[in-house]
Amino acid sequence: MRIFQTDLLCIGAGLAGERVAVEAAQAGFEVICLSLVPPRRSHSSAAQGGMQAALGNSIMGQGDCPDIHFNDTVKGSDWGCDQEVARMFADTAPIAMREMAYLGVPWNRVVPGEHTYFKGGNPFQAVEKAENEGLIHSRAFGGTAKWRTCYTSDGTGHSVLFTLDNRLLQLGVTVHDRTQAEILIHDGVSCQGCIARCLRTGELVAYLAKSTLIATGGYGRIYKATTNAVICDGGGQIAALETGLVPMGNMEAVQFHPTGTVPTDILVTEGCRGDGGTLLDVNEYRFMPDYEPEKAELASRDVVSRRMTEHMRKGLGVKSPYGDHLWLDIRHLGEKHITTNLREVYEIATNFLGVNPIQQLIPVRPTQHYSMGGVRTNKDGATYGLKGLYAAGEAACWDMHGFNRLGGNSLSETIVAGRIVGHKIVEFLQGNQVSFSTGAMNDAAAQVRTRINALMHGGREDCTALRNAMQDVMMEHVGIFRNGKDLQMGVDKLQTLLERSKNISLHGGSVKGFTPELSLALRVPGMIKLALCTAYGALMRTESRGAHAREDYPERNDRDWLNRTLALWKEGDSLPTLSYENTTPWFEIPPGERGYGGGKIIVADIPPTMIKTKEGE
Amino acid sequence: MGRKLHIDIFRHNPLDPDSTPRMQTFVVEEYTSMTLFLALTHIRENLDPTVQFDFCCRAGICGSCGMVINGRPGLACHTRTADLPEHITLHPLPVFQLIGDLSVDTGTWFRNVGAKIESWVHTSKPFEAQAQEERMSNELANNIFELDRCVECGCCVAACGTALMRNDFIGATSINRLARFYIDPRDERAPRDYYELVGDDNGVFGCMGLLACEDVCPKKIPLQDQLGIMRRMASLESVRGFIPQNLRDKFSCGCGGKH
Repeated sequence: MRIFQTDLLCIGAGLAGERVAVEAAQAGFEVICLSLVPPRRSHSSAAQGGMQAALGNSIMGQGDCPDIHFNDTVKGSDWGCDQEVARMFADTAPIAMREMAYLGVPWNRVVPGEHTYFKGGNPFQAVEKAENEGLIHSRAFGGTAKWRTCYTSDGTGHSVLFTLDNRLLQLGVTVHDRTQAEILIHDGVSCQGCIARCLRTGELVAYLAKSTLIATGGYGRIYKATTNAVICDGGGQIAALETGLVPMGNMEAVQFHPTGTVPTDILVTEGCRGDGGTLLDVNEYRFMPDYEPEKAELASRDVVSRRMTEHMRKGLGVKSPYGDHLWLDIRHLGEKHITTNLREVYEIATNFLGVNPIQQLIPVRPTQHYSMGGVRTNKDGATYGLKGLYAAGEAACWDMHGFNRLGGNSLSETIVAGRIVGHKIVEFLQGNQVSFSTGAMNDAAAQVRTRINALMHGGREDCTALRNAMQDVMMEHVGIFRNGKDLQMGVDKLQTLLERSKNISLHGGSVKGFTPELSLALRVPGMIKLALCTAYGALMRTESRGAHAREDYPERNDRDWLNRTLALWKEGDSLPTLSYENTTPWFEIPPGERGYGGGKIIVADIPPTMIKTKEGE
Repeated sequence: MGRKLHIDIFRHNPLDPDSTPRMQTFVVEEYTSMTLFLALTHIRENLDPTVQFDFCCRAGICGSCGMVINGRPGLACHTRTADLPEHITLHPLPVFQLIGDLSVDTGTWFRNVGAKIESWVHTSKPFEAQAQEERMSNELANNIFELDRCVECGCCVAACGTALMRNDFIGATSINRLARFYIDPRDERAPRDYYELVGDDNGVFGCMGLLACEDVCPKKIPLQDQLGIMRRMASLESVRGFIPQNLRDKFSCGCGGKH
């Protein structure tokens, strides 16, 4: 077995992983990044819309500041976020954007003079200020008081990822692509790297690291209809969960995006609605203002997704062979706007749907999109159970999103958290020495070999069939609207699948070198565990908050549920062990109304000691 | 009724000494809105779990799934089967190292060439965390993004006559990449620096002008223009000292670049 040794091992090389890698490499530490795909193909590249940061350069963002951004983020989270983290995030975001501009991102800029913008499908004129010419511009996204989303056309994720990856090239960071981390190496106290499988040759490789970062993105592939890339299988979360020491946070907090396309589930950006696109029903009637008079299509994603589902349940959806859907209308934005600012959308509609959005409506429905939950970390990005193990980005539950994240806040989180967590890892590396244990390494490698052997001589179960069954359960029982009966049924079914997953065998037989079937077969049991953390967490949380909407418990219950779910998986168990912790160390904004989405609130008694005014005030 | 598609797939496992390159036919029922992503996924999940190919975003954004489709390089995920005849032939992209079947190693190729052309902003200024960002015109930002859109799928390299003959040719993608830095005022490199990087027949002078690169680019990046601009820049740089400055300025007029 080949062994590599490094200061920092980044598992995952999307935006969060690369931003952390840059921070450590700049401080002179050795970094190895592992990635399932070449880093520039990471799912970060698919983020079209933009990154929120309160720069306040554009006329519609005038007067914006981190306080307002913080306020929007807390409301968006339905008071489910850690306010200390959300505050750090909002304060750091403008610096992180400017830093990316310095490194080469071609952010769209302010063009002075009168412009026609759209709000709720209606055009209006606004004059961009001459003194702000050439500064970073911003566009509208849902759930925000100001236009705050920095963007490069509709390829923001792509642009920022390429810029960061260029920086990695410049710093000489080692990248091992086509590598799948299978298990963490640890001695029960500290994490020492991982055992990975090379997806070129199939060989096992050991990585010994003083510090390890999980930045593998979300776990959307536990759902059938997801906008997530095929690689978003939760590999990092699984590796952490299977240590039995590292808890996941808020796994039941799953975001559905209002505009996944039908039937391919490819996302079209929120920028469509931000720029003035509207949602229509079977009668081509614009229904959102009836539900949300103030924000209409630009309420937060959980609210818009629920309203869409509600409307379709009234029989007002469009029937199709792939199920009911609604329409997204961007025709009024005009050919020039659609083919430049929304070019990616134009290409997706024409290439994948055969729809020309300049003249035609785009079929959309709410589709699984984002994992607010993930590997629980403290504000420094350090996980709870193992020293030297960190997480950042969508893979982590840092937790600035709570039960719903705002569009543009997650992409922004990747580079903001990357900057902050990277800095903390540098401090850790400067202050700590690690003794590598060859025993721990060999034990970990032996475990992976045992799993592989079992699959070679296993029972009769097919990994693809099990994965499909799991995805169906999640769609049917753990979707947008949830209730106790369905959730319990979902948990039961998933437990059966978990049991069956012990008997997977490879139907393609033994292949010399690499076989894709083995990659999936090794993942499926862990994916079912993540699905169980999600379903079981949702079953036990008897309230509605953000994206977690219980039909049998419609109130947001601050009295009993102003907390975060922690899910730990003890070896041999068929369910996670749940515990709960305080949502936030203090409240800068005490729980209140979001101003959209409706719903009753069961009020909590917040002790005055937990209320904090801004520092220095 | 849907058609029955006959999909011929190139099969070879270089790690298996007993494997010989061959074609294997799979028969797949076509349905509405089917893409090659859906067809190949169907084959792997239902007919043969060992077939190797690469998909990631499956939305034409990440560039993973370049392959030769009925003789032409393209992205499989945004190729609709309805646009193809009943008989479909799939080969891996040439030039790149074969990993197995339809899967090739574009990652290593692009990483190497990225390091070679120093694909990053060269600046002597430090980052000032508290300072306002440097201003840039929106038009220039859009022009940079236009070239930054390359997804490194490798289709242009696979379609390139020169790349097929010379394995050290950097390809249209890399010339475009440098053209992106050439117009970016944040990058302090001068024409002489670019000339050092690409002023030879592994670089801009290697191109034979067949321009299949632009024909097959799934992102429709104006590769031909960038090649012309960078080649003119390098040519003028090569005659520095022979031809007076004012004449060189005249020749480089309208040729992009910030210098």
